[in-house]
Amino acid sequence: MTVTDVRKDAETLTMTLDAEFEASPDRVWQLWADPRQLERWWGPPTYPATVTAHDLRSGGRVEYHMTGPGGDQSRGYWEIVEADAPHRLVFRDGFADADGRPNSDMPLNEVCVMINKISDEQTRMSIESKFPDAAAMEQVLAMGMEQGLREAVGQIDAILAGDVASTTGR
Amino acid sequence: MQIAPPNYDRMFGALADATRRDIVRRAIGSDEGVAELAEHYPMSFAAVQKHVAILERAGMITKERIGRRKVVRTNLEALRIARGLLDQYEELWRGRISRMTALVAQDLREEDK
Repeated sequence: MTVTDVRKDAETLTMTLDAEFEASPDRVWQLWADPRQLERWWGPPTYPATVTAHDLRSGGRVEYHMTGPGGDQSRGYWEIVEADAPHRLVFRDGFADADGRPNSDMPLNEVCVMINKISDEQTRMSIESKFPDAAAMEQVLAMGMEQGLREAVGQIDAILAGDVASTTGR
Repeated sequence: MQIAPPNYDRMFGALADATRRDIVRRAIGSDEGVAELAEHYPMSFAAVQKHVAILERAGMITKERIGRRKVVRTNLEALRIARGLLDQYEELWRGRISRMTALVAQDLREEDK
């Protein structure tokens, strides 16, 4: 498993997660900077994300929707607070209505991504996610995630099984 | 027993105080009333009573009548739900990281070709 540490603080509704990748910081940054790659990991297989706008600069916006198994769509967007390739990305994730307008009465979730080189072949990515209140967290979780999760885990295990041989030889 | 959808804000708000968390911990296995609980803390009975009332409103504890006494009991189900929310969020990100890992591993395979 590539997740090396997770810290959760129920009082401040903050989660910090560290993960390590066998890749360069530039490669890990691409997971965020290339909308086609972002689509392949943001939503679980049962709620895939489609990125319709992607301007990864301070003040820029990313817009996406997620489509559920019944064809239901949830729209979301990121407000980019800071983008410093390939090391740092800060954004606020929010929800939008069917026309793509931000649902302003919905609180936002702030995510800070830090990408740093550990060695020539390894990169650490830290995600710090903070919620203004529990209702916001509940909302994010309600966006089709729970259902899709178990299936996603099964699919991932199958995908990763093919890669284990190359990563366990260390 | 009243079944209502959990109010997460109230739950997390109730747990955002060290004294209240301690009350929740103590009341898991004890048979203490508010007066007995209050003896554990360097504050007035009224202050402890207020904390207990906040926890009760959030559904984190209940007061049960045992004979002539009223004891404070932790609602284990509510505690589990509050914890579960952050756990679910962790799972969401673990799923994303796994998919990221698969994507990165995929280009290694393509290089090998």
